[in-house]
This record gives sequence, C-alpha cells and structure tokens, in this order.
Amino acid sequence: MFWNPKIECMPQEELKKLQYEELKTLITKLYESNQFYRERMDSKGVKPEDIKCIEDISKLPFMFKQDLRDNYPTKMFTVPNNQIVRYHVSSGTTGKPTLVGYTENDIGYWTEALARSLTSAGVGPEDVLQVCYGYGLFTGGLGLHYGGEKVGATVLPASTGNSERQIELMIDLDVTAIACTPSYFIHLMDVAKKMGVDIRKDTKLRVAFLGAEPWSESMKKKIEDETGIETFDIYGTSEQAGPMFTECECHNGIHIPSDIMYVEVIDPDTEEVLGPGQKGELVVTMLKKEAFPLVRYRIKDMTEIITEPCPCGRTSPRIARITGRADDMLIIRGINVFPSQIEYTLMQIPQVGDQYMIYVTRDGALDNMKIQVEIKPEAFSDNMDEMLKLRHHIESALKKYLNIAVTVELKAPGELPRFEGKAKRVIDNRVI
Amino acid sequence: MSNIIKQLSIFVNNEPGRLAHISSVLKECGINMRAFNLAESTEFGILRAIVDDPDMAYDALKNKGIVVKKTDVIGVYLVDTPGALFDAADALGKASINIEYGYAYSYKDKAIFFIRVDDPEKAVEVIGKEGIRLVSESEI
Repeated sequence: MFWNPKIECMPQEELKKLQYEELKTLITKLYESNQFYRERMDSKGVKPEDIKCIEDISKLPFMFKQDLRDNYPTKMFTVPNNQIVRYHVSSGTTGKPTLVGYTENDIGYWTEALARSLTSAGVGPEDVLQVCYGYGLFTGGLGLHYGGEKVGATVLPASTGNSERQIELMIDLDVTAIACTPSYFIHLMDVAKKMGVDIRKDTKLRVAFLGAEPWSESMKKKIEDETGIETFDIYGTSEQAGPMFTECECHNGIHIPSDIMYVEVIDPDTEEVLGPGQKGELVVTMLKKEAFPLVRYRIKDMTEIITEPCPCGRTSPRIARITGRADDMLIIRGINVFPSQIEYTLMQIPQVGDQYMIYVTRDGALDNMKIQVEIKPEAFSDNMDEMLKLRHHIESALKKYLNIAVTVELKAPGELPRFEGKAKRVIDNRVI
Repeated sequence: MSNIIKQLSIFVNNEPGRLAHISSVLKECGINMRAFNLAESTEFGILRAIVDDPDMAYDALKNKGIVVKKTDVIGVYLVDTPGALFDAADALGKASINIEYGYAYSYKDKAIFFIRVDDPEKAVEVIGKEGIRLVSESEI
C-alpha cells in the first residue's frame, strides 16, 4: 500500500535530480536571505554555484543544536512571522529550549510524511489510532494526530497519563493502532495485566508505532511476543518537524522519503561522510522546510544508512534503528557505552523483566556502573544460591557485551520507576 | 495428615520499610506468623515465613504485587536433650538428603526445626522411621 506511489517508487536517478533541484533552490534562497546561513557558508568558502549535484552537499557547512539555541527564539527563521502557523518547543534538558516554527506548507509536508508512513504500515480508514504521545509543546501528539486524520483513520487523542482509562478506551473503542514511547507502551502492558486485561485477547490492537527514544531489537521482540501485536519503529525529532518516518511492513529499516529529507552518516570525530552500512552520526537536510532551515544538521543520533532495495518497492534510502544519541554515550573507564547496548543485553535474558535503571558514580578516579534490574515473578527462587547465580549471570552477560565490569542489583517487579513520556533510565552522578 | 508444610517465600527489596509493608498486608488479613527467617544479599532478601493460613496469605500478598512463592518444608520436633538435632540431621545425611537451609522456633518447652530439603517426601519417610516426631500441617 502506498500513499504517494509516484514519489515513493520513483527511480533513483530521478530522485537524485529532484533532490538536487530542491537543494539548489534552498541553498540559493538561504544564501540570499538568511544572514546566519550566508555567514556559515562564507566561513567555509562555499557559494551556491559550487553545488552542481546532490553529492556536492558534502561541501556545505554543518549546523548544530547550539545554533538553534544561539538564535532563540526566531532569529533563524526565514519567513516573516505572519507566515508561521504553529510553534513547538523542545524540552531543552541542557540550556535553553529550542523553538521550532512551521508554515502551512511545513505542516503539510510533515503530515504527508506521516501519511506515507502510516499507509506503509497498513494503517488506513478502517483503523482507530490511539495517540498517547504528549499533546502540547512536544511534537509527538499533534504530529501523529494530523497524520492519522490524513489517512482517514479515527484518531483518539489520548495523550499521556491516566493509563487505566487508556486501556478502557482501547477496549471500548476497538482501537487497532497505538503510537507512544516504547517505555510508555511497556507501562500500559503492566497496567493492563494488573487490570486483568489480556491485550492479545481483550483488545483489537494490531500495530504500535513506538519511538521518540532509542529502544532495542530485543525489547521489540519482547513486546511483540507478549502482546501479539506488530511494532513499527518511528523516527523524527522536533527540529525535523516531529515524528515523521517509520518502517514499512518489511521491517528492515526506517524509510526516509528522498523528496523531504536528505540523509548522510558521518564519522563524528573526523566528520568524514561514511558509506552505506557504516555506523556513525546522522546528518540531515530538510529539503522542503520553509520556516527555518536545517542543512547538514548534526542531529546526534547514531545509525547507518541502508541502500539495498526494500521488497516493498519504495526506492528511498532507509536508516537502521537508532542505537543511541551521540549525547547519550557514556564513557566508563575510557570505554564507550550506549544505554541501548545495556538494554539489548538485558532483554535477551529470559528472567529479566521490562524495567532497568543505570547509575554511574565516580569513586576516586574510578567510574562505577550499577544496573538495577527488575526480575520476572517466575524467576524468583526461594534458594539464595540460585538468585545469586542469576545476578552473576546478568553481570557476566553485560561484561561480555560491554567489556566493562558492572554491578547488578536484582529488584522485585514494580519497584523501579515507570515513565509516561521519554524514559530517563540513566542517572550519571559523576562529578567531574 | 500431611507432614509437609507450606512455607511462604517472599522477595524483599533491601530498602527501609519493605518488611513493614509485607507484614502490614499480613496483619490486614489477620494472618498470624508462626516462625520466620530472613536471608539477605546486598540489595534484596528472601523472607521465609510459616503462617497459620498460607493460601490466604499467598493470595493477599500476590494481589498487592508482592513476589511470593509457596515452598514445601518439614518441621522436626526437637526434644530438649543433647544430640536431638544430630539425630534428625544424621538420618537425613545417611539418606543423602541435602538440607538447603533451616531455622528454629521455640516456645516454652517446645522447639521446632523447620528445614528445606531437596526431597521433602523422602525426608518425611526417613525421619519417621527414626521415630522422630514431625509437625503436621494442621498443628500450624
């Protein structure tokens, strides 16, 4: 199923031509009218006429999150304020928040991207889509809302929280699709269980769009095995517009519509552009954005580009599951550790439940990592030896995968914090 | 009359107030604890308890989301003379029955040794043959 077959299945060569035309128009306009971007280009000695094909994009300078903060609130905008139809504000956990503005067309392409994504996952007019992303300043709720309505689905704007009511509505309204963070979905699974509701038998839930935070392949498997639903990884950040891109029914990477966004992956240290299949930092260029530019933006998400043709017929490149943010990377005794690696390892151990917390401390000159893990009720043994063996088993599995020794603490189900929005599972208490 | 006693084994996080929470659940249902023992590691403990109504206590704890299991143990009456523990332990040892853990309870002139063994049924048989008295389920 395609929303826009002409563009989604366009031959590579035509797509490249299209991307080149969009980029050239964008850069020319920016150079002429946007002081920030002209100065950035001049500092690198690049002129719009130096861009002669889409690959020339690598000549252009990067943009950083800090640029958005430095130009807060609207100094980066390229259209007069009367053309802005909406603002969203990102949470800004470090320093100033970032403001994103949208023209009517920006909302249109955002919605178009989601309409293509939802259709590729088989969601259409017959579906009831429960949107449990936050509505408000966060882009998740309204983004999925518009996308859902666009494909003709019935949208239930449930937002986050009030989880028992979420489950009741899911049953009463025959909800077939849901969109939320993976950690909130796991929380909903917990709540359903406590209410005596079996998601597999008592609801019509068929698909879930989970994203807005990194999650692992083994977490996906666990959710699918327990609930019998099909999960789709969804990607998109507020700078790009909001959640926009998903996997198709083939589940082999997130499709990135070539006419909307151009993706590169670079080595974060050398800034060299990497080839398909090489893991690095994602760099994005929004080709159609009007309100404010995003050219070679260092989004800090770690992934790789997949270019092998997808059996679904879409010709766009894909990106692999986001394995973490460059910012999330922890350096423990000199070794790089991504929280997603810890999750991946934990979720493969059958006795381990869905929740974990990571604590990092520094004692003297030594970093220590402690991981609290909820175990499943059925993994509990009356025999202390067995319990200590389980703890040791988890510690060894982590050590083997991460190459650092960690301390594991076993916790009873329900003891660790639950998250309704983005999960915050890493507490770094190091004072450096 | 069964000599196999249902013990409750409860997973307890090693944090202030956890034991109080568990005992308050038992108090609310009017459950009386006859004997208990706590085994601990750094972050968690295993509370083992002999209560007057294990089935009801099990359901009440489970409903509160507490991780609980029923485990079979046996209770050996120890007479107040030197060597009483030896007789019971020796009988089990000779029959190659392994004691995982045990804890004692004494009240006035009575002493009971609750033990978890790898084969409770065989243990009942072996100890019975030695003429040592076992606690029956109905006595709890």
